[in-house]
Amino acid sequence: MPTFKLPDMDTLRRKMREVKLALNDDNKKKEDEHVSASGIKCPSCENVFEKKELGKLKICPKCARYFRLNSKERIRSIADEGSFKELDSTLQAKNPLDFPDYEEKIAKMQEKTGLKDAVVTGVCTIGGEKTVLGVMDSGFMMASMGSVVGEKLTRAFEYATEHKLPIIIFACSGGARMQEGIVSLMQMAKVSAAAARHSKAGLLYITVLTDPTTGGVTASFAMLGDIIISEHKALIGFAGRRVIEGTIKQKLPDEFQTAEFQLEHGFVDLIVTREEMPIKLRDILRLHSGRKDGAE
Amino acid sequence: MAKAYDNVKIARKVSRPTALDYIDHIFDGFVELHGDRNFRDDKAIVGGIAWLENRPVTVIGIQKGKTMEENIERNFGSPHPEGYRKALRLMKQAEKFGRPIINLINTSGAYCGVGAEERGQGEAIAKNLMEMAELKVPSISIVIGEGGSGGALALAVTDRVWMLENSVYAILSPEGFASILWKDASRAKEAADVMKLTANDLLELGIIEKVIKEAKGGCQNDFGFTANLLKSKLVTELDTLCSKSVETLLEERYQRFRKFGEFSE
Repeated sequence: MPTFKLPDMDTLRRKMREVKLALNDDNKKKEDEHVSASGIKCPSCENVFEKKELGKLKICPKCARYFRLNSKERIRSIADEGSFKELDSTLQAKNPLDFPDYEEKIAKMQEKTGLKDAVVTGVCTIGGEKTVLGVMDSGFMMASMGSVVGEKLTRAFEYATEHKLPIIIFACSGGARMQEGIVSLMQMAKVSAAAARHSKAGLLYITVLTDPTTGGVTASFAMLGDIIISEHKALIGFAGRRVIEGTIKQKLPDEFQTAEFQLEHGFVDLIVTREEMPIKLRDILRLHSGRKDGAE
Repeated sequence: MAKAYDNVKIARKVSRPTALDYIDHIFDGFVELHGDRNFRDDKAIVGGIAWLENRPVTVIGIQKGKTMEENIERNFGSPHPEGYRKALRLMKQAEKFGRPIINLINTSGAYCGVGAEERGQGEAIAKNLMEMAELKVPSISIVIGEGGSGGALALAVTDRVWMLENSVYAILSPEGFASILWKDASRAKEAADVMKLTANDLLELGIIEKVIKEAKGGCQNDFGFTANLLKSKLVTELDTLCSKSVETLLEERYQRFRKFGEFSE
């Protein structure tokens, strides 16, 4: 009669560790692969259409799937025209761990995106309401958070606190910037502490979670908004899907870790469409500034 | 080479003393308190109140097991959101009663599973980071084994962060790091070398304030030595921290984390 044998503990612990890889790089490639010079194939409905049909808000004309917006496109879709003034635009990464080839990687990404790093911060008006705005850009190393992202967001919070302004952050991120190791982890604490001071001053913080918001960004400022908005179908979670599937040894349902899943579980306040986003943000800002209908 | 990985192996040893071992040795009259008052009691985190010599303190630890059965009960020291929420509840309680907080950290990371996601692992960690930054009582955290990423940081936004000599503290396991960056988990040793995850590396980087010595080969070889040393350092440091005003304490804690990051402009 065979007896059930527990697996050797070191083996089991090793296996658990292997699958418990905090961050999720599942989503890195999906989108760009479908965009070419001639046309775009929607990864959801597989419809092929011309680039110009995607429109400024980058929505599939057939199935209404949201394509990712870069920071420039996002700001244009939210801020009153001409109102955005960038802050701390010159910050760029160094190499705290002397990680091999990190500088080259940064230089390449800067050339490709025209950005210095993965977040753009500034001040703007939305429907006439003044606010600090931070927008992460998934085109730059999957908007991973290193020193520059952490510092710019911290300064944005400090600026907002000093000038008694609300702050809105459009979050998206693959998680921590691996090449900056522990220094990247510390950014989570740094930004959260700045958010705490802003909150203590009685000021409004809105986060908008966009596809994908994961790892250390989810586990810090993204989940700290007084009001947490999301875009529909956005992937939002802490651990990567494959990591969890590896742990539990089964497939997860498609809706797992979507914005709708987070709404149902109580971690998102509301889901807002791209068309409605500036109006909804304006309305919420006005409910906090007390300027009903924008009156002084 | 591959010296850093030796630390990783020592930090993960099943025989390495756990949070409860330190609690038993260093503190008197420990009263364990359970539950997050919301969902359940997460046994991967233990916490309660105790005496550190003549001072009442709140002590919290991430607890690994020493046997397979115990590890299943403790979930191998990987907390769920309710574990972090229990810890926060006890820290807020400490603040109410003016008790200093001591956190013992030993986790390969916050648990990655369906329930953990459903109950907001990210939100639970985030909330701890934000709330700990503002706690009006002194706090010290010590990495006693593995300090795994956000799951460790969720107890480490404290006035002082120390590490035992052979413990490690990192953004990710070296296996995970190698598999993400090089798509090859077998390059873990190499990863450990570049990650700067040992206590001495992190002291040099200014991420931690103190390294607590261990006996050769690890503190399991002379537990009393490390535990006594840690106790005396805690007593001295709490004397210093408790003499500071709340304003000074909060400002220094803010600046402690504010300074991290390297960039040019």
